[in-house]
Amino acid sequence: MSLWEYANPVKFLRLSERVLPWLWGGAAICLVVGLVWGFFFTPDDFRQGSTVKIIYLHVPSALMAINAWFMMLVASLIWIIRRHHVSALAARAAAPVGIVMTLIALVTGAIWGQPMWGTWWAWDPRLTSFLILFLFYLGYVALWEAIEDPDSAADLTAILCLVGTVFAVLSRYAVNFWNQGLHQGASLSLDKEENVADVFYFPLLVCIAGFVFLFLALVLYRTGTEIRVRRTRALIARETRTTDLHAEARDA
Amino acid sequence: MRALLLRDLQLALRAGGGFGLGLAFFLIVVVLVPFSVGPAAALLARIAPGVLWLGALLACLLSLDRLLAVDWEDGALDLLATSPLPLEGVVAIKAVAHWITTGLPLVLVAPVLGVLLNLPVAGYGPLVVSLALGTPALSMIGAFGAALTVGIKRGGLLLSLLVLPLYVPTLIFGAEAARRGAEGLETGTPLLLLAGITGCVLALMPFAAAAVLRVNLR
Repeated sequence: MSLWEYANPVKFLRLSERVLPWLWGGAAICLVVGLVWGFFFTPDDFRQGSTVKIIYLHVPSALMAINAWFMMLVASLIWIIRRHHVSALAARAAAPVGIVMTLIALVTGAIWGQPMWGTWWAWDPRLTSFLILFLFYLGYVALWEAIEDPDSAADLTAILCLVGTVFAVLSRYAVNFWNQGLHQGASLSLDKEENVADVFYFPLLVCIAGFVFLFLALVLYRTGTEIRVRRTRALIARETRTTDLHAEARDA
Repeated sequence: MRALLLRDLQLALRAGGGFGLGLAFFLIVVVLVPFSVGPAAALLARIAPGVLWLGALLACLLSLDRLLAVDWEDGALDLLATSPLPLEGVVAIKAVAHWITTGLPLVLVAPVLGVLLNLPVAGYGPLVVSLALGTPALSMIGAFGAALTVGIKRGGLLLSLLVLPLYVPTLIFGAEAARRGAEGLETGTPLLLLAGITGCVLALMPFAAAAVLRVNLR
């Protein structure tokens, strides 16, 4: 029993159909619990007042925006190396989800920044690199849309994803060089003694879990749709071919 | 390889617009800047390095969609792919030819346009050095973008969308070096980082571009 069995679309669909209800349920429960807990049952921050509560949307979406790109990178590598179609379709399915996550992070950041920093937007390294990530996502999706042959599209976007990753990381550190930051340091990291205060920390973890479930559910669901679209196209192609053959036989 | 380089250069020269069009575009961008921000000399002096870098970058972008498309359309690219020359070499040579016909003239003409924008005297050296170091990277990254979009009809706009985010690190370090030079600061660090980016791009990007081209020629 190996992981690669799920490269078979039939097995993949069967598994995803079994897992999806749990993922949707997990996402719903975690998001409702986390957001209600975070919004209504945590105290206001000493300095930031109630604006601190946007952290429950901002941090998880920013986290998932980056992780979605990493997932696309891994899926692209699997496609290039092992040529599993499901993997290419999963990368394609993840990109629009990543775009939305990036947008949520940018918009919630702007909404928080207006009262706190006094501005909707600042050319801060973190903000700027997120905007660049957003452009990379747009280019990736546009390239998928522009190419008709699905296998060529998968190959080209996979290589674009690899090259884009290198340049996105490069840009992330180049913008540090270019401007000083306004954004606070990481809210969560594994190697720090102190993160955000515990009252905010636990609901945040629940929200992050909710976003992870939501992302997985969306990607599995969208991948399933892509597989079915591909299958329908193949059926239509076969159908037209057989009717053509019949017509030829009749004419002869 | 040398034959291919000479052929590309000759084609660019004889088709007209190889040298001229990019330069004219660069000139127009620079002329339009005072109209849009006002003719105050102090302001122009402050933004001159950035404007010159941005203008050079856009002028470079302008000619990218013809970099491989001409050879794609008349089938020369298929012949080159079956020739003993590795495709990586072909792409690299194409990028070099693009740099000689577009990047190098931009580097040479940038100081003249600097006069129009009231660039401080100390800024000319760093500007030319940073452009000379950075434009080869722009051509090579552009060749990758051109290889990605060569099979797409009207891929020009898509090409810009794909290539411009990849230009960010080069632009940051190049414009930073030019700006520091104009303000009389030390320019060693950004120039070294810029040279590092260009070196890596020239070493690695031909492989990515050739891989993409092979998919498109399939």
